[in-house]
Amino acid sequence: MLEKALTGDSKYWGWIGFLLLLIAVGFGAYLRQFNEGLTLTGLSRDVSWGFYIAQLTYLVGVAASGVMLVMPYYLHDHKAFGKITILGEFMAVGAITMCLLFVLVDLGQPMRMMNMIIFPTPNSVLFWDMVVLNTYMFLNIIIGWTVLQNERKGIHYQKWVKVLIYLSIPFAVSIHTVTAFLYAGLPGRHFWLTAIMAPRFLAGAFCAGPAILLLIVFFLRRFTSFDAGDKAIKSLAVIITYAMILNVFFLLLELFTAFYSQLPGHMHAFVYLFAGLHGGHALVPVMWASVILAVIVLILLIPPKFRNNYNLLIPALIMLVLSTWLEKGVALVVAGFIPNPLEHVNEYAPTLNELVISVGVYAVGALIVTVLYKIAIGVKAEVGDAAH
Amino acid sequence: MKSDRRHFLKAAGVATIGVAAGATAAEANLLDSAKELLLGPKGAAPYPEAKKGARWAMVVDTRKLTAESMEKMIHACNHAHNIPLHPLRKKGDKYNKDEIKWIWEEEFENAFPGQMNEHLPPKVTQNEVLVLCNQCENPACVRVCPTKATFQREDGIVIMDFHRCIGCRFCMAACPYGSRSFNFKDPRIASLEINPEFPTRMKGVVEKCNFCAEQLDKGLQPHCVEACKNGELVFGDMNDPESEIRKVLRNNYTIRRKPEVGTQPQVYYIV
Ligand code: SF4
Ligand code: SF4
Ligand code: SF4
Repeated sequence: MLEKALTGDSKYWGWIGFLLLLIAVGFGAYLRQFNEGLTLTGLSRDVSWGFYIAQLTYLVGVAASGVMLVMPYYLHDHKAFGKITILGEFMAVGAITMCLLFVLVDLGQPMRMMNMIIFPTPNSVLFWDMVVLNTYMFLNIIIGWTVLQNERKGIHYQKWVKVLIYLSIPFAVSIHTVTAFLYAGLPGRHFWLTAIMAPRFLAGAFCAGPAILLLIVFFLRRFTSFDAGDKAIKSLAVIITYAMILNVFFLLLELFTAFYSQLPGHMHAFVYLFAGLHGGHALVPVMWASVILAVIVLILLIPPKFRNNYNLLIPALIMLVLSTWLEKGVALVVAGFIPNPLEHVNEYAPTLNELVISVGVYAVGALIVTVLYKIAIGVKAEVGDAAH
Repeated sequence: MKSDRRHFLKAAGVATIGVAAGATAAEANLLDSAKELLLGPKGAAPYPEAKKGARWAMVVDTRKLTAESMEKMIHACNHAHNIPLHPLRKKGDKYNKDEIKWIWEEEFENAFPGQMNEHLPPKVTQNEVLVLCNQCENPACVRVCPTKATFQREDGIVIMDFHRCIGCRFCMAACPYGSRSFNFKDPRIASLEINPEFPTRMKGVVEKCNFCAEQLDKGLQPHCVEACKNGELVFGDMNDPESEIRKVLRNNYTIRRKPEVGTQPQVYYIV
């Protein structure tokens, strides 16, 4: 099937070339960081995780969101999703690859990465995060590939594949839960120390991930022979809407607990995010942009009249991705470090080198997703399942 | 009971991974862990001078601290442990992003957030206090470390293996006291006057106060304690009821930093 990725028009090759260029530039930036150390980032003693780990957090959500297609299709026999579950599975593969790369570029001693396996430490959440992320990635590669191969041969997938599919459902939930536990179990970080961190992550994931997928679906419909069908698009939009409502609701719960209880530790980070604290307000525009976008998104998604109008749905999805990214992919991780444990406000902003490396990692993910989608769509066109 | 459970969890985890990975190093580690499980923790005193069965702790008498004495203690630590003084990363930076510090001065309200009453005696609030790693009895940093590069010795000291640390900085997120520093760049800089008795580190690893384990293993007191002249710091064995530190704790009301986070700090403050 791999050969399907090797034939394409000039636009396809142009895109691949562009991604390879970004990867090369990102790799060059990484070599600099590798030689000089993380001093090339904006990180510091006080804000010791930043853009990289925030991207990890966001992308784990994107990866987990595949389950929003798998579950309706395989558990509830929602046939409309039959054609696009493979897109969800392959997106997960790309997303997890990016997650692992973001962990790698964040390490101070990447050459010692294997120490996590040589000295396994079950009391560390990071250890479990590594276990579930890798397992989930392999599950998705195996499932996606076998199902596609069978489709090509015109046979139904085997029983063992079904077992793996069922297994992938709790794993999807677990990758994001365990990632939330990285934050939610730390005694001195009030902003993260909340039992609804995992539900918040899941809600954010289940709207942002499918939103990205739906945008890709619209793109494929426009530029390739692949059409997911209106029914699939509309039901996915409903799922996205519910998840987004929960996502915003959970944030409001956090605000209530912090400000009604008036516990200083719980309020500080929110004050920092929404108004600035002790002269630090780097994240204030980020947080407000996220909130305002979220409100617009809800207005556009909740009434079915708006939601079913693709001219409104597409911008709503773009804003949704942006809003959740600003919140989880930027603010959430950084704000946990501000103020620091000694109540000093020392801020963080990513450096250019850090951003170039991140773009390189995103390009790797995009390349993987492009190639896998090219194969999937090629196979579907071959067996006549592409057009609606 | 607690330690039994730990051992069991450790062995269980090791067994699972050992099967999965099958790497030789993992097997060696499995063997180690199994040995530890059967024979008890290793470490049959390679240091004859070290006091056995001790649980080390420190009292900081903030009433006696002066700017001068604090500087002496900080310098003693910095020098003994090859701590580099990095310049600002960028001109105009509001704070030093590459900074490494094991013991340093803080305002009372920063060292003890939440314990800042109004109208406290000025002598309490105006003087700075010394802060360092609390050598917690229930350390969050050890709990989160994915490689056991940060671990707790039998005498309670929370210490690091600089050669094992992968620089994930999970421990920095976990420490509720901001006690840990990361080597953002190579610490072996030109201006560093190297003390050959103590290892220098490499870039990309975390470090923090180690309660001068290297001194204790020789039967000596920590460098910062040796550097103070008026009993500003009292260091000793909590398991020995006759030790000086136990006497000081009996006779003075002491507080600890953020007792509410459950880490059980072993650095006590007389205010
Ligand atoms: S003060 Fe921080 S670094 Fe030191 S033992 Fe406690 S948790 Fe670990
Ligand atoms: S930075 Fe080093 S010591 Fe800290 S948690 Fe990671 S491996 Fe452990
Ligand atoms: S006990 Fe040793 S390592 Fe810790 S602050 Fe004092 S001199 Fe430094």
